[in-house]
Amino acid sequence: MTHWIIAPVVMPAMLAAIIVIGMRHDLALQRIVGLVGTALLAVIAGALLFSATTNEPEVYYLGNWPAPFGIVLVLDRLSALMVALTAVLALIIQLYVLGTGWDARGKHFHALFQFQLMGICGAFLTGDAFNLFVFFEVLLIASYGLMIHGAGRARLRAGVQYVAFNLIGSTLFLFALATTYAVTGTLNLADLAVKVAALPEGDAALIRVAGVLMLLVFAIKGALVPLQFWLPGTYANAPGPVAALFAVMTKVGAYAIIRIFTLIFPPTVAATGTLFADLLLPAALATLTVGAIGVLGASSLPRLAAFAGIASMGTVFVALSAFTPAATASALYYIVHSTLAGAMLFLVADLVAHRRQGTSLGQAMPPMAQGGLIAALFFLAGIAMAGMPPFSGFLGKLLILDAMRDQAALIWSFVLATSLILVLGFARAGSVLFWKAHATDVDPTPHNPEPLAFAAVFALAALLVALTVLAGPVMAWMEATAIYLHAPAPYVDANRLGVQP
Amino acid sequence: MELLVAIAVGLLTTAGLYLVLRQRTFPVIVGLSLLSYAVNVFIFASGRLAIGLPPIIADGAAGYTDPLPQALVLTAIVISFGMTAVILIMALGSYLEAGHDRVDMTGDDAE
Repeated sequence: MTHWIIAPVVMPAMLAAIIVIGMRHDLALQRIVGLVGTALLAVIAGALLFSATTNEPEVYYLGNWPAPFGIVLVLDRLSALMVALTAVLALIIQLYVLGTGWDARGKHFHALFQFQLMGICGAFLTGDAFNLFVFFEVLLIASYGLMIHGAGRARLRAGVQYVAFNLIGSTLFLFALATTYAVTGTLNLADLAVKVAALPEGDAALIRVAGVLMLLVFAIKGALVPLQFWLPGTYANAPGPVAALFAVMTKVGAYAIIRIFTLIFPPTVAATGTLFADLLLPAALATLTVGAIGVLGASSLPRLAAFAGIASMGTVFVALSAFTPAATASALYYIVHSTLAGAMLFLVADLVAHRRQGTSLGQAMPPMAQGGLIAALFFLAGIAMAGMPPFSGFLGKLLILDAMRDQAALIWSFVLATSLILVLGFARAGSVLFWKAHATDVDPTPHNPEPLAFAAVFALAALLVALTVLAGPVMAWMEATAIYLHAPAPYVDANRLGVQP
Repeated sequence: MELLVAIAVGLLTTAGLYLVLRQRTFPVIVGLSLLSYAVNVFIFASGRLAIGLPPIIADGAAGYTDPLPQALVLTAIVISFGMTAVILIMALGSYLEAGHDRVDMTGDDAE
């Protein structure tokens, strides 16, 4: 049994504590430790991804208690992919933070950042539903701190709303878990899969309630309409790099929906049937529409990025609602793409915000320093988010459309129409920000070129290009993952339920 | 007893939901606490209600009550306690910054 599975959880937790206790007054040391820690996490995540690709799912028994009595961590292809995505994104964002000096605007940025990574990695790795709740809380409490980093009135007020919304979400999650436990008597995911499949008919109504409650909780995390209200205000008011990291937090919702609703409640379960698919599809289409219209009508650049994130979650959930291996594979590809592209858009918005007073899209402002370079980066991010060729956004949407051919009339028209609205929205924002600026003759105020920050944004662009160029092998990997997700016997077997390890 | 516990959970949830929908931060926080009390009792009841039975192995016990929900409730209480403290501090900070504790963001809050 390899102990490396728990490293992505334990290492950030230790580092965060060391940073808080030992080096709270030394920013340079914090930066070095934080950066080295995140780089190590990326290396470990890469190794875990390789191990998960070549091996069957691996289970780590905490305290060596046998499943389902103890808590387990499970490393499979899906969790390894999400951990690796988180680690790579975190490394790039940390470079950006060092380049722009965001971490000097408040205290404890690096400690909170490590706690955030611990929560996200734990949520991806855990194989226990109650433990999933605990890691949700860990990532949330760190995100509350990061969200109000640097403070300011609007940020604090948006922060209170964000916390209140998520506390209600946590309460709902507890209701869902308690109902599940009352019906099945277990909270281990693999054990739940076995018990729910063999549930007596009399308990069907209760488990349906539990399932729908869980769907609601993950929909809050994933900003699915009508539960998306927290997202635009939060992301638009959060510090730019933090909002970029939050791009992976909405994916925690998508991950949980994939995990729970392919493992425990697949459409073959008699008690629930296609209930969740039927609920998910209309909500996903509404999410897509709200996101696209929001992009077109956004009043500032960070809000535009936030609504673009909502639209991308809508696209992901449209694909997930099919519950077929082909659609899930395309959704996984789109999750990776939209995390990188969404983060890039938030970083570009932050670059703009640093160089001019406000990021309003209502009126043209004078040109800014490094305007040409930023305009080019915005152009790249916009193309990627809207799903225009030649980037991975286009391929991702194409794959989703291809996988959803049996409902072509409804889904194709929604996806294609919203893509057009997204293109219009990005074109409007880009021309107000960068072209109309040149109507005034004022010379831009000089600004530190921040090479490290630009390198971070270029790294995201390079990853998007790599995802496009290597689409063939990546999709082959995603398809193998999706086939395994829809036939989860290896996941259940890996838990060796009731056997002493 | 099931009826009593069910009514208690229902009342706490109703009051919590009503307060959460208020316009000012303080009632919202009280409402969130009430909701967390409701869910704690609910989790406790999910292990079936039993009177006078030990949760751990004891000699001559007539039966056992499920110990797991009790552990879950403990975790949930600790977490909700911490979260309430966090939101209270943030609400205080936002009250001091903005000069009022209304929940909704008005036009002058936006950029």
